[in-house]
Amino acid sequence: MGKLSWSAIPFGQPIPMAASLFVVIAIMSTLSLVTFKGWWPYLWREWLTSVDHKRIGVMYVLLALVLLLRGFIDAIMMRSQLAIAAGGAPGYLAPEHYDQIFSAHGTIMIFFMAMPFMVGLMNFVVPLQLGVRDVAFPVLNAVSFWLTASGALLVNISLLVGEFARTGWLAYPPLSELQFSPGVGVDYYLWALEIAGVGTLLAGINLVTTILKVRAPGMLYMRMPVFCWTALASNLLIVAAFPILTATLGMLLLDRYVGMHFFTNDGGGNAMLYFNLIWAWGHPEVYILILPAFGVFTEVISTFAGKPIFGYRSMVLATMAIFILSFMVWLHHFFTMGAGANVNAFFGLTTMIIAVPTGVKIFNWLFTLFQGRIRFEVPLMWALGFMVTFVIGGMSGVLLAVPPADFVLHNSLFLVAHFHNVIIGGVLFGAMAGYNFWFPKAFGFTLDRRLGLVSFWCWLIGFYLAFIPLYILGLFGMTRRMQHYADTSWQPYLIVAEVGAIVILCGIITTILQLVVSIRSRASRRDLTGDPWNGRTLEWSTTSPPPAYNFAALPRVESLDAFWDMKRKGRLGPLDRYESIEMPTNSANGFITAFFAVIMGFALIWHIWWMAILGFVCAVLTLFAFGWSVRTEETISGEQLALAERARQRTVEPT
Amino acid sequence: MDPRGPVSAAEWLILLNATGIMLVVVGPVIVMTFAFAWWYRASNKRAAYSPEWSYSGQIELVVWAVPAMVVILLAGVEWLGSHQLDPARKLVSAAKPVHIDVVSMDWQWLFIYPDQQVATVNQLVVPAGAPLELTLTSATVMNAFFIPQLGSQIYTMPGMTTHLNLMAAHDGDYPGLSSHFSGDGFSDMHFVAHAVSAAEFAAWAERTRARGKPLDAGAYADLLRPQIAPDPHSFGGLEPGIFEHILQLAAPGGAMQAKVR
Repeated sequence: MGKLSWSAIPFGQPIPMAASLFVVIAIMSTLSLVTFKGWWPYLWREWLTSVDHKRIGVMYVLLALVLLLRGFIDAIMMRSQLAIAAGGAPGYLAPEHYDQIFSAHGTIMIFFMAMPFMVGLMNFVVPLQLGVRDVAFPVLNAVSFWLTASGALLVNISLLVGEFARTGWLAYPPLSELQFSPGVGVDYYLWALEIAGVGTLLAGINLVTTILKVRAPGMLYMRMPVFCWTALASNLLIVAAFPILTATLGMLLLDRYVGMHFFTNDGGGNAMLYFNLIWAWGHPEVYILILPAFGVFTEVISTFAGKPIFGYRSMVLATMAIFILSFMVWLHHFFTMGAGANVNAFFGLTTMIIAVPTGVKIFNWLFTLFQGRIRFEVPLMWALGFMVTFVIGGMSGVLLAVPPADFVLHNSLFLVAHFHNVIIGGVLFGAMAGYNFWFPKAFGFTLDRRLGLVSFWCWLIGFYLAFIPLYILGLFGMTRRMQHYADTSWQPYLIVAEVGAIVILCGIITTILQLVVSIRSRASRRDLTGDPWNGRTLEWSTTSPPPAYNFAALPRVESLDAFWDMKRKGRLGPLDRYESIEMPTNSANGFITAFFAVIMGFALIWHIWWMAILGFVCAVLTLFAFGWSVRTEETISGEQLALAERARQRTVEPT
Repeated sequence: MDPRGPVSAAEWLILLNATGIMLVVVGPVIVMTFAFAWWYRASNKRAAYSPEWSYSGQIELVVWAVPAMVVILLAGVEWLGSHQLDPARKLVSAAKPVHIDVVSMDWQWLFIYPDQQVATVNQLVVPAGAPLELTLTSATVMNAFFIPQLGSQIYTMPGMTTHLNLMAAHDGDYPGLSSHFSGDGFSDMHFVAHAVSAAEFAAWAERTRARGKPLDAGAYADLLRPQIAPDPHSFGGLEPGIFEHILQLAAPGGAMQAKVR
């Protein structure tokens, strides 16, 4: 069994043991509930083997929400540790445990919370907004999702079996090399990200192809909703950047597994090569996350202001400018390498230039609000909270782009506050806006408004309480990743930050509560129109939830904000006859491939070579088996479509 | 905050200037967000509503021009600052510079004074008012050398050197630390930089050289054992070329240091 033995399970350590027992019990009770209720056939048929982009999108978001909980537990443990570990106090987490927690927090929040959330929203929304029936490669879409879930599972297995990396969320060498990190932690990190990274790359290829090649008749590029544009830019970035990540981590794997010397101290290796490569992926990654969020805000602000987006062409141009520029700034993550004045000045400059298109976006949202008729629904509140919070994060970001300022702020809590400011205030607020905005489309009933607002205010206030003190501590010179600190004058700030984390916890609990309350009262909050917000784009033109085929007949697009245009022109009725259509059938390919990928990953981490080969061969065979399957599509006849459309019309009519 | 040297003072000035320049735009944007959202609320019957208005050439020009001008202004500050405050740029001063070789280890700081022929661990003694010319490397993993009140931090990397120029304007004790995560003992990798008068510095160097045991290969091998927060101590006398030796041990192609873990 390779390196695996009973000593891998941390029986002697109460905190990880209790945490993993809790997780195991939660999973076991969920599985037994599903078995007891006889839900397996339903789950298998409707979700696990689904290739419907909407179902896959929902599963991505669900994965993100579950891992938000895991990542947040890590966060609040860190905040609690730092709230007490002042002066000589050691706190309650030993360094080897604390180091794993901050590494896991970053890894999970970026790769398994923010990424699935954004990919999930894009998966769900983009085909609907383009007015088409699915993504370009529906089965591949399922493979992508399940590979991402595999990576998430591997990271969480490390809680119970072995350990996680203690090297930070980017696993910088030489610390992450075998010589300095001989345990399995870094291997968990590497294999989880290799497997999930392949999934993300496939998802990127899929959505790029969809947006470029699969659009409703008349959906010209300059009639695409801004969200589709941001999705295009984001997925182009995935296609360009994720291979760099996979290759870089692959090189580190070669160092660790077969004794190569890409990033080692000896044998001609150089750790700074890793720094450059990882940030050549890492900075585009920031925009992979934030661009779709910009898209969500655009849709939300335009909808709830009751106006088209101001300066559509500027928005598109700004999005694509950010897409290009994001590849030209990576060195600003390590100005303190000592690269020389010209190099630093150049990368500082390119970084600042990104502030121009970003600033344009902010102004365009402002002028969309201008002379609008603003409805303060939950998604808009998140958007307004974003605008105020994000400009502060942007400002601290530009400060860090000035090399002399970075020389005193780099790696400090100021930096930590900055990137949480843009990731919480930008990406997470965007995700929550999108979740509240499109939830009624996905499930056919609205989310509770009051609890949604409570959740928003908790997150907003909690964010400022948690991170303004970190900005200040960064200015005092407190560096990140410290497990304890000598200067007791820092402690009051860290206690305030802890309170902020608790307020955010209230926001998370309210979000869960909002979901539970809304599901229980769904009968009274049903949306039969399919258009609860008086929407502007095509996803609102079909039922909620949309049928598997999205649109009985593909819409004809004549302008930007196509659905708004249709409503104005009154072209909403059912057609006289419908063409029959072909839809892909379910496929277990994704689920089974991912199952074997987990086996392979786990075996590689523990050096169980026979099992790794077995997992790899089976995963490949599954893919081949799908290649030879005969029946992959089923036909829905025109008569069936006509019946369904008329039935739908009858439900909408009375309103 | 609380800069105590010319480098940190200049860096804080740039930081404040850049913040001020940006606030000129960021402040109004925040105010406008609140103002627009409030005034154009759906229930305000006095507010105008232009459901089709989505383009204005003049406004577009302004929204591109305003951020562009701010960035041009900031870029000037940034470009000049990057050159003036390049960590490798030597400071101009009438006083004689002090050369110090810095080595980050697991998990302590070794400071070598080649001119004074002394070395210290976790304690930096420097003359106030004299330029400090630091050459830095690491014996194991990466770290970053940082004395917040004196300014500029810089990475220490095995097999490579970086250069840093600092100065303490006045006597005083300034805490220093590692600001790049380096493993379990990272949080304890701090030291104190004591800035003293030139005379006191010379006396200290003399005393240390006379009293301490030399930093030779054996003493260095002891230092290589990972240790957390050892008390400050010092060495009198250096094995010739010890810093180059450390650099070579971890250099590409060189024999790696003894397997210490």
